[in-house]
Amino acid sequence: MAALVRLETRLSRLREEYFLKNRSVDEDRKIVYKAAVKIQSWFRGCRVRAYLRYLNKMAISIQKWWRGYQSRRYFRKMIKTAYFIMKMNFYNEMAVRIQKRWRGYYVRKYTHNYYALKKYLEAISLNNEIVRNELQEYAEMNEKKKKKKDLEKKEKEKKYKARKMHYLLSTEQIAGIYNSPFRKFPDPMELLLRQSKPLSHRQQQPKSPFTYDLYDWPTCKRPPAFPTGEPLPPIGRQKPQGPFRDAAEVLRQRYKPLEPTLRVAASISSPLEKAREEMKREEWRKCIHDNEFLPFSSYHKNEKYELSIHASEKIGKETYGIKHFREVQPNKWIAGKDFQTVLPSIVLFEKFGKTYSKAGQIV
Amino acid sequence: MSQRQVLQVFEQYQRARTHFVQAVAELSARPQNIGTLRDAGVISLLRPLLLDVVPTIQQTAALALGRLAYFNDDLAEAVVKEDILPQLVCSLSEQNRFYKKAAAFVLRAVGKHSPQLAQAIVECGALEALVICLEDFDPGVKEGAAWALGYIARHNSELSQAVVDAGAVPLLVLCIQEPEIALKRIAASTLSDISKHSPELAQTVVDAGAIAYLAQMILNPDAKLKCQVLSALSQIAKHSVDLAELVVEAEIFPVVLTCMKDSDEYVKKNGATLIREIAKHSPELSQFIVNAGGVAAVIDCIGSCKGTVRLPGIMMLGYVAAHSENLSMAVIVSKGIPPLCTCLLEEHEDHIKAAAAWALGQIGRHTPEHARAVAETNVLGTLLSMYMDIRSSEDLQLKAKRALKNILQKCTYLPALEPLLHDAPPNIMKHIVGQFSKVLPHDSKARRLFVTSGGLKKVQEIKAEPGSLLQEYINTINNCYPEEVVRYYSPGYSEMLLERVENYQPVL
Repeated sequence: MAALVRLETRLSRLREEYFLKNRSVDEDRKIVYKAAVKIQSWFRGCRVRAYLRYLNKMAISIQKWWRGYQSRRYFRKMIKTAYFIMKMNFYNEMAVRIQKRWRGYYVRKYTHNYYALKKYLEAISLNNEIVRNELQEYAEMNEKKKKKKDLEKKEKEKKYKARKMHYLLSTEQIAGIYNSPFRKFPDPMELLLRQSKPLSHRQQQPKSPFTYDLYDWPTCKRPPAFPTGEPLPPIGRQKPQGPFRDAAEVLRQRYKPLEPTLRVAASISSPLEKAREEMKREEWRKCIHDNEFLPFSSYHKNEKYELSIHASEKIGKETYGIKHFREVQPNKWIAGKDFQTVLPSIVLFEKFGKTYSKAGQIV
Repeated sequence: MSQRQVLQVFEQYQRARTHFVQAVAELSARPQNIGTLRDAGVISLLRPLLLDVVPTIQQTAALALGRLAYFNDDLAEAVVKEDILPQLVCSLSEQNRFYKKAAAFVLRAVGKHSPQLAQAIVECGALEALVICLEDFDPGVKEGAAWALGYIARHNSELSQAVVDAGAVPLLVLCIQEPEIALKRIAASTLSDISKHSPELAQTVVDAGAIAYLAQMILNPDAKLKCQVLSALSQIAKHSVDLAELVVEAEIFPVVLTCMKDSDEYVKKNGATLIREIAKHSPELSQFIVNAGGVAAVIDCIGSCKGTVRLPGIMMLGYVAAHSENLSMAVIVSKGIPPLCTCLLEEHEDHIKAAAAWALGQIGRHTPEHARAVAETNVLGTLLSMYMDIRSSEDLQLKAKRALKNILQKCTYLPALEPLLHDAPPNIMKHIVGQFSKVLPHDSKARRLFVTSGGLKKVQEIKAEPGSLLQEYINTINNCYPEEVVRYYSPGYSEMLLERVENYQPVL
């Protein structure tokens, strides 16, 4: 019981003690709690920080590795490009050298070929020389022609003059003016006069209407060129004069029949030759076809059979080949007589002894 | 009895008319009577005689009218005014060949004076009638018709077009093939007149196949025919490259070169004109002509002629040389420069001299070799004097200046340049000094020669504005020489030395 009393007395204090204890514990508790929290949070923080640090390090290491890898790649690419460029430059240089040489060569050989130009110019001078020579020759030829024409014209004039003055020719008795007795030899004019035919005073041909004086056209020196057929006979021609034969005699002579000589009438070939030819003709006539008879019948087995003339035409009515070998049409004949088959061989000899031929002209 | 008297009256009248018309025709053949005839009113009197019953009177009246209109253009206008032309045109189709010839003669005489008269002829429908006459079988009628058409077509291109539209060209080409020489001449001259105006007309003539026949006729010995044929071909070839090539394809070379040696001057001139018209179009054509030896022929032709006959040949050389340097060298090698120089010196006409100057400029402007070839003949001095001469025409001065400039810009042949230093005007001097300044720095012998010939002295005397091109050239030249030499030759050096003498204190 004492304990109980002591407990009871302590009870009232107990409550207070309890309360005080609790309060102090509470107060401590807060502090302790806070301290614990602080400690824990600090520790947690440390842990997290350490973890973060660790993560950072890892991230850095990954990135480091990755970046290194990229850069090395890039670097390799750069090296490759630089190498490529170096190669291309080198090639370009070499190509330029080759092209330089080639272009120089090409231009010198083909475009501005000095030697070709030189040869060309030499060829031109040569050609010019040739052309000049030829033109010179042509000019000289022309001049010669012209001179010749002039000379000929003068000659013609002189001859015409001589013909007109033919009466000045010297005779036996009287010496002409060009044949003076005091000269050693006659004047050339005298010789000309001797050679020339006198110009007669025959009336000139009637002038064509184109020489009408009023019309001085440059072209109309000759009549127009249209075809007129046979020229008409000149009107007012003088009648032929002289003793004429009797008309009947002339006609008889004209229509005299042909009298060929024996030589002409007989054929050219000798009788022997004629007989030979006759025989050949008979053989040819009798022959039915031209194919030779061959020993083997199969040789011309496939040959098409050709009808002979007798069989291929109408039966009976056709007389060609049997009765005659020449087509005749009597209704077309002009005269009843047959052609004479003999012609004179040498015309001139046939005229011997005959002065008149067909048309009454002298042979 | 009275019947005979009546008939006698008529006979008298007819005789009177015949006599009148023949007398007028004879009188009108002399030019001095024409004034009197005109005052006597001959046209109105002749007009009713054109409709006379007697054919001889008609023809003689037409002939008289033609002669009157030929000499005088007032009378030609009077013929047009009196409405004679429609009557003539009608009768052209009906009457016989003498009348046709006379009527064609009248039309030709009227048409030759002026384009207005020719237009009047076209308006009254004469062209169709003339073209029908071209088909006539008498060569005199064809000739008259072709001649009239030629005179009409000569004036301008509209009239030529009218002639072509009437269908004359194929008939003219047929006329060329006829054997009569005079007809050929006239047909060729008409074709030449038609084709000279424009390329289309020339193409029409070519399409009718004229070139082949014209080319054949070059060989004909008649000089006037050759003239006309060459003129026709050159009128065709002048318009364009294609036409020129067509003419060349007709194988006229080397036959044309024989024309350059013909005795007739006008044949030479027309031949040179034809070659010129072909050469001027393109380098290939010029090359072809050079290869055929054309240049040599033309040069000989220039050497043998005098006066305007030379002009086409000179121009041809200029055109050939202008195309390329190889052709220019070919001209030089064919000895082309001496005749051109003699032309420049001898001729009196300015336009020929101008052409020669132009040609020389074209030859010399390509490379220093060419310029040297030109300069060696000492022609630069002549060109300069022509440029400076006040009496030369503007054209000559301009061409001489251009030629001089062109040659000088390439000339490195110093002996020829030196004489020019002395009298050249400033604008030419610039080029001369420029050339010196290009050559002297590299050639020591030339420098020596320059000094000894007095060139350096002359250069010092030139006054140039500082900063101008001339001053630069002068500086370049002065830099080629040591300073004492330059000072020695500068003007006023002797005075300077004397001044120094004066100011000198003698050392005792």
